[in-house]
Amino acid sequence: MTVSYEAVIGIECHVELKTATKMFCGCPNEFGGEPNTKVCPVCLGMPGALPVPNRVAIEHMIRAGLAFGAEIPAFSKFDRKNYFYPDMPKDYQISQYDMPLTLGGTVKYWLEDGTMKTCRLTRIHLEEDTGKSSHAGSGDGRIAGSAYSLVDFNRAGVPLMECVSEPEIHSAVEAVAYLEALRLTLLQLGVSDVKMEEGSLRCDANVSIRLHGAAELGTKTEIKNMNSFRSVHRAIESEIARQTALLESGGRIVQETRGWDEVRGETHSMRSKEQAHDYRYFPDPDLVPMEPLAGAVERVTASIPELPWRRFERFTAEYGINPKQATQLVATGALATYFDRVVELTKRPQQVTNFVLGDLSRLANESGVPIAQSKVLPEALAELIALLEAKTINSKIAKDLLERMWAEGGSPASLVDSLGLAQTSDVGVIEKFVDDAIAANPKVVADYRAGKSNVAGFLVGQIMKASSGKADPALVKDLLLKKLA
Amino acid sequence: MALENDPIERSAADIARDVNAGTISASEVVEGTLAHVDAVDARVGAYLTILHDAARERAANVDARVRSGERLPLAGVPLAVKDNMCLTATRTTCGSRILEHWIAPYTATAVARMLEAGCVPIGKTNLDEFAMGSSCENSALGITRNPYDLSRVPGGSSGGSAAAVAAREAAIGLGSDTGGSIREPGAFCNLIGFKPTYGRISRYGLIAFASSLDQIGPLTRTVEDAALAYDAMAGHDPMDATSIDRPVEPAAASLRRDLHGLRIGLVREFDTEKLGPDVDKAYDRAYAELKALGADLVEVSLPTADYGLATYYLIAPAECSSNLSRFDGVRYGLRVDADDVQAMYERTRAAGFGSEVKRRILIGTHALSSGYYDAYYVRAQKARTLIARDFETAFASCDLIACPAASSPAFAFNAKSDPYSMYMMDYYTIPMSLAGLPALSVPCGWVTPAGGVEPMPLGLQLCAPLFAEPLLLGAAHAYERATMHAVKHLPLVVSGARA
Ligand SMILES: [Zn+2]
Repeated sequence: MTVSYEAVIGIECHVELKTATKMFCGCPNEFGGEPNTKVCPVCLGMPGALPVPNRVAIEHMIRAGLAFGAEIPAFSKFDRKNYFYPDMPKDYQISQYDMPLTLGGTVKYWLEDGTMKTCRLTRIHLEEDTGKSSHAGSGDGRIAGSAYSLVDFNRAGVPLMECVSEPEIHSAVEAVAYLEALRLTLLQLGVSDVKMEEGSLRCDANVSIRLHGAAELGTKTEIKNMNSFRSVHRAIESEIARQTALLESGGRIVQETRGWDEVRGETHSMRSKEQAHDYRYFPDPDLVPMEPLAGAVERVTASIPELPWRRFERFTAEYGINPKQATQLVATGALATYFDRVVELTKRPQQVTNFVLGDLSRLANESGVPIAQSKVLPEALAELIALLEAKTINSKIAKDLLERMWAEGGSPASLVDSLGLAQTSDVGVIEKFVDDAIAANPKVVADYRAGKSNVAGFLVGQIMKASSGKADPALVKDLLLKKLA
Repeated sequence: MALENDPIERSAADIARDVNAGTISASEVVEGTLAHVDAVDARVGAYLTILHDAARERAANVDARVRSGERLPLAGVPLAVKDNMCLTATRTTCGSRILEHWIAPYTATAVARMLEAGCVPIGKTNLDEFAMGSSCENSALGITRNPYDLSRVPGGSSGGSAAAVAAREAAIGLGSDTGGSIREPGAFCNLIGFKPTYGRISRYGLIAFASSLDQIGPLTRTVEDAALAYDAMAGHDPMDATSIDRPVEPAAASLRRDLHGLRIGLVREFDTEKLGPDVDKAYDRAYAELKALGADLVEVSLPTADYGLATYYLIAPAECSSNLSRFDGVRYGLRVDADDVQAMYERTRAAGFGSEVKRRILIGTHALSSGYYDAYYVRAQKARTLIARDFETAFASCDLIACPAASSPAFAFNAKSDPYSMYMMDYYTIPMSLAGLPALSVPCGWVTPAGGVEPMPLGLQLCAPLFAEPLLLGAAHAYERATMHAVKHLPLVVSGARA
């Protein structure tokens, strides 16, 4: 008999907030730089220095909380989390313990086939980032065997949002989809750059497995060192497989932290002696409780755009766009807004999708200019689609026009007028082109008449070319076939 | 008796007036002060660092500002700064081995404001290590003696600043008060020791002992000088989130001549009998003097004040256990090397901290530990709220509260060797600290302690409601001027120098 297991996964994210300055001092909040150049007495934990909270970071938290449907309590405070660590300047981290800025909330995400999923959040809270240690003399950068260690405090004090999900995710695919939705939401809210490669998004996964239908959770392991969504996917798959094999061979899962090894494609035990830390949380006496959040909530609410998951739902359900294309359309807020506007003007969602994800995306990629910031305004694209619908132009002309509009802007209707690009449906004119083509290509005509019907396409091409693309292709084909018959 | 014409005898107010008027330069004042410091400080031990060069440079700067037409409220006033406040490019030790050679990279807001007002820093003064103590004996870096009897302590923790001002080695001393650390040395050294409302003066650059209690304030020889210092330092600082953002009413303009119309509360639970017969009588005389100045004496009750000491010795150590974590040998200060970082932490902190600091870190760590947090820290916070509420109730029936500033006059070195008897020195000052209230100590008489030969000063503590600093200083001024207790004896190092 084969038993089947269900994976239970919770994701813990640390997201660096996008602010001009650090959480509690005036140092710039920027990635990189020469070590220890973006520091001051406050973020170095110098004696006597005091923290002053960054209001923008607090508003970002409220923005994220509201976006996830969290409750924003009227009272919140900062606490100190006490433990010694060389990259933590004060040997305590200013964090939030029992009264975070937001309570609860849910992340809505979707799978490739369009299925909507939800995952509740255990908590989102605000804290300060630590510095970064590096170890020299051991050859591999590890602390074991190193001669000395260096600490860079440029990152110390950067505002950090911790976002912990409930264990409600059941596969590696879901985990990545969850992270993608979280990333998109935070990006479009403007609260973070969420770049995994720069560490502004970092995540760990708690993974356990249990028999299908079992009520109790299995023993979990915490997976660290995942540096991309791809490695999250691989690491979780690998860990589920490891745990499954272990249980099936009669083994026992040990609660531990495991590191993901990208090269070997497996997790390895990092810390087996899990000593329970007593962080001695207590309210930070250097900071006063935050009360006047009501005004901020109103102000922030007004600034929240339509969220990616909601757009995805609307584009698939209302517009009938397929999930893959809808996912591409919601990838940036500005693109989705652009798309929405053109649909509003044309009522032709699929045609707009084709333009936006087709020719316009190609032009955007080639030029490096995002569609929403290009010279092709939504009104102009809508006009182009209307011209096409009205058969004033054909799709070939539309394509050419779009290139021209991308380079120079302008209204397609006026371009059609000034360049004389309007489609010709005048039978007399087209008949002349058809006759000319038949006369000029006797061999092709003979082939056609001998039964090679596919050569008609060549003749159509010749006729279109002769009309500078303006002839109505349907009419051309109609007349040609009649004459060849 | 005070020698009115000797520059070092003059009050800060007099010095500023003369420097602004051009009758004396800041440089002359400072040269005189430095010469006096060089003559007497070997005996007093007020300073850990004497800033000869910086003082001269600063004095020249003040003179230039005055010459250019600026009028500075504290022009040329020699300032002693407790060595737990940062002054840029200057050694700032906290009286501890762990910071013995640390050079501050920035200046504390309160110090910067005093300098901006025209003060000249003469030096950094001794203190109990990290401001933990009531006698200055916990300093790892030096002994400070009481200028009125060199065999006795100056009080603490701001003992160095108090001794400096008492010995005329500065006109104003900056202290910090967490549970009485300005008021008690003020009383021991015949000074005004003034702790404003919590949050009135920025803590930015004050090396924290207990963040929710620490407050900077002046030690001066006159109430007027305390008011001038307060006016220079008070006010919101964007660098300190706990500093209060509300307008400051200048105190120097509120000094009054009598106490008519004021109700002064005497605390029923503060039984002065345990102070001993002489001290007891001295306080009874002080209360009578308040009445003679026109005050209505009323009895008030602070039923929870007796829990002050226990409450304080949970909250203050809890905060200090976290505040002092940063002294870990990684970034600055003492480092005792070891094979790994954990061992380095342990060896550094074992060597760097003195026993009282270690005791409080241990108490505080325990009080915050999981399983004990609710029983200790949370209950202490509740008690603190109740104590503050008692004061609110008391202030419904009085304008000021009067009580002793310390449990005894200055005692001899090594007289309080068990921690508890030392903690008891702050019995009368801790409740006000827990409630965040403004309070000061003003000289109120002299006693010759048993076994002593010199008369030692006593301090009367006056306490006002939150933000009522002008009322508090105004009343203290009336009392000081009417009684003239402070000028009845000169410190030995001053009178002896002239004998
Ligand atoms: Zn900084």
